Amino acid sequence: MDKKTLIEISSITKTFGKVIANKNVSLKFTSGEIHSILGENGAGKSTLMNMLSGIYTPDSGSIFVKGKKIKFNLPKDSINMGIGMIHQHFKLVDILTAKENIIAGQRGNFFVNGKKLSKEIKEISEKYGLDISPDKKVYDMSVAEKQRLEILKVLYRGADILILDEPTAVLTPQETEGLFNIIRKMKAAGCSVIIITHKLNEVMEISDKITVLRKGEVVDTVNKKDVNTKELADMMVGRSIDLSIDRVETDKRENILELSEVKAVRNDNTRALDKISFRIHSGEILGVAGVAGSGQKELCEAIAGLYPITCGEIVYKGMSIVGRNPREIIKMGISMSFVPEDRLGMGLIASMDIVDNILLKEYQDQKGVFISRKPASVKANRIVEKLNIDTPDINHTVRKLSGGNIQKVLLGREIETNPSLIITAYPARGLDIGAAYTVYDLLNEQKQKGVGILFIGEDLDVLMELCDRIVVMCEGKITGIVDAKTVTKEDLGFMMAGESLRIRNDNLD
Amino acid sequence: MIILIRVLKKANINKTEIVTIRLLAIFLALLTSTLFILFLGHNPIKVYLSMLDGSFGSVYRFKETIIKTIPLVITSLGILVAFKMKFWNIGGEGQIYMGAFLSSFIALRFSEIPRPLLLMLMIIAGIIGGGLWALIPAIFKAKYGTNETLFTLMLNYIAIKWITYLQYGPWKDPNALGFPKIPNFSDNATLPKLFGIHIGWLIAIILVMLIYIFMHHTKRGYEISVIGESENTGRYAGMDVKKVIITAMIISGGLCGLTGMIQSSAVNNTLSVELSGGIGYTAIIITWLSSLNALLIPLVSFLFAILVQGGAYIQTAFQIPQSAAQILQGLILMFVLGSEFLVNYRLVLDKSKTALRKGV
Repeated sequence: MDKKTLIEISSITKTFGKVIANKNVSLKFTSGEIHSILGENGAGKSTLMNMLSGIYTPDSGSIFVKGKKIKFNLPKDSINMGIGMIHQHFKLVDILTAKENIIAGQRGNFFVNGKKLSKEIKEISEKYGLDISPDKKVYDMSVAEKQRLEILKVLYRGADILILDEPTAVLTPQETEGLFNIIRKMKAAGCSVIIITHKLNEVMEISDKITVLRKGEVVDTVNKKDVNTKELADMMVGRSIDLSIDRVETDKRENILELSEVKAVRNDNTRALDKISFRIHSGEILGVAGVAGSGQKELCEAIAGLYPITCGEIVYKGMSIVGRNPREIIKMGISMSFVPEDRLGMGLIASMDIVDNILLKEYQDQKGVFISRKPASVKANRIVEKLNIDTPDINHTVRKLSGGNIQKVLLGREIETNPSLIITAYPARGLDIGAAYTVYDLLNEQKQKGVGILFIGEDLDVLMELCDRIVVMCEGKITGIVDAKTVTKEDLGFMMAGESLRIRNDNLD
Repeated sequence: MIILIRVLKKANINKTEIVTIRLLAIFLALLTSTLFILFLGHNPIKVYLSMLDGSFGSVYRFKETIIKTIPLVITSLGILVAFKMKFWNIGGEGQIYMGAFLSSFIALRFSEIPRPLLLMLMIIAGIIGGGLWALIPAIFKAKYGTNETLFTLMLNYIAIKWITYLQYGPWKDPNALGFPKIPNFSDNATLPKLFGIHIGWLIAIILVMLIYIFMHHTKRGYEISVIGESENTGRYAGMDVKKVIITAMIISGGLCGLTGMIQSSAVNNTLSVELSGGIGYTAIIITWLSSLNALLIPLVSFLFAILVQGGAYIQTAFQIPQSAAQILQGLILMFVLGSEFLVNYRLVLDKSKTALRKGV
């Protein structure tokens, strides 16, 4: 096929205050090619793509689209140039149908020609294998369907350059395969597909070309066939790294927490948790796998006393903790730490400094009306030193720290309370490889001390390497509890999709 | 060619930019005011100078400026406590009136008991009056998540109408020859003076320090700040969110109620519907401009008092009608508050001639 350059970025620089997000970046995107942009968090991937989609404007340098030099002021400008961005968080209207979502915000006639529209949608969806029912409401769709709709939406608007931001984060392995098939069809149709990701395995599977970004600069653009996973990882981090995660062995195994038949409902009366039963032992990392939104959040919050359960029993070392709030649970002498998924919305206060955030978990133990920041400062210094947190001082606002350091503050504070149970949701989300491995090491260290850990994860490779057992959830139900050492990725995928046929009951305990 | 202006949220905001924008806003406000004064046929510079003259020109005028500062400071402190929790208490005005109402009840009913005791009772009554009036929306917010903005606003009207009813009805002074006014307080119910100005100034200074300490060095103050940032974090840390909301609002309303007591006792010497005249609303602006910092509140309040006092003075000096002086105040407020928008957003010209045609 005749390949032509669709986008040419030439020496773009973008700074935010003192932070250099992109420095002298030059890239070319060609038609009929799948090009992955790989980089750790903060490497400048999103900033670069946001400039292509008109959300930011570069400080210097220029962008050529289809040979024409352009200056985007608004997202609309880039859509008009045929660039379509699929964001990680879908931008769809839940109560509208697929068809209505596709035409929403479009210029056109006052009346909608429904038949013509359906025909056009059908044509596009057949061409690319985008399986969509035009009259289905978005709230009835699965995550994968919503993603297909997002893709269809930008294709309908005439996009021939697609940017996908972390497209597989919300998909099961099987759904990911489906998405990759669609992407390959788009490639065959001459589109240029750009995938932003940090998952090395997927990059190797789908891309033709790979550009690695580090600290805002292009490290290199390589052809897939010339590299391997290890080389890519080294390029991303800038030094040679070991990609394996340890699974430390422990022998102490007592029951710490037991859930039996736990049920919970959401505000809209849909089932959040359905007959959840499992046990966590000391010195064990129990993983939870599942597509995003399968009830993981509710599960964590139910155990932490933040989410009401409708029936069932949660027993911590023989004491029932159902119906108690976090404060009461602490008062019962239960040392449990919850590292929530929403770091800055629940675990920490973004606008406060490190000391005030450490204070959050200890001020209630102080006597009297007044608050003393001294003990928290001492702790803060200790945590900063021990976890090697990169901050000017302990009075630095948490919001201004990098994602990895924010997570270290949160994790450090929780570990500092000497818990015997840690519940942690996506602790490595948004962290670069180095920081993620620090988090795994910290968890392993706790495990060795005899702490029981409930680990909600999203990366199956990590779950299978780090955990002892894995609980698989789908739509609020447990579809399997398996041994992490022996399970295969395919089996996990089937269970994540709701097939509980392959449950291995011998591992239930 | 069609040019549209688009509003985009700023990705990051730096401090010098904020200061520049605010200073520019004040400058533009003065410029517009200048045009307005010219339109009225006066010399703008003379008018501005005499505003300062009216605020500082004599000991008496300076005292008046201080007297106008006091209620603004105390009410703003009350608003600050609520705003720190992101509880948008627009009801300062009503809380002032209800505080004044309850303390006036004590003042009129027990006018002959010894002065220190009576004043003490009045202060307590004022705090309770304002506190209870703020408690109503607080309970609804804590229990049912009701929107406090409209709720507190509506309670203002109820409070004002209640005072009107008392003034024209049951509390009307029989000795006032049919004039609708509530009887004056006895001397025992009047706050004493210290250095020629009623003691409210000392109360205000003490309160500034107390609120500063409360917000920064007490558990409850810390809880208020945390919940203001994120209710979820508060719950996560095991805070009793409802209790914190309710105590914070009692403090907020209580301070506003105290303002009502001070104004009725020391300034008006009685209760009337004109008692507050918008202090509760001005305090919202002062609190906001002080960036929720208790130590800045006295300064900003003083600047506003100059506006009020100087505005009143130029009415007599230049025969400018009262409403014109208020227009000047309004202009300054409008520009300063309007500039807040530019602190958070930027405007982009959208020359979308091509875009329009190219739309799919």
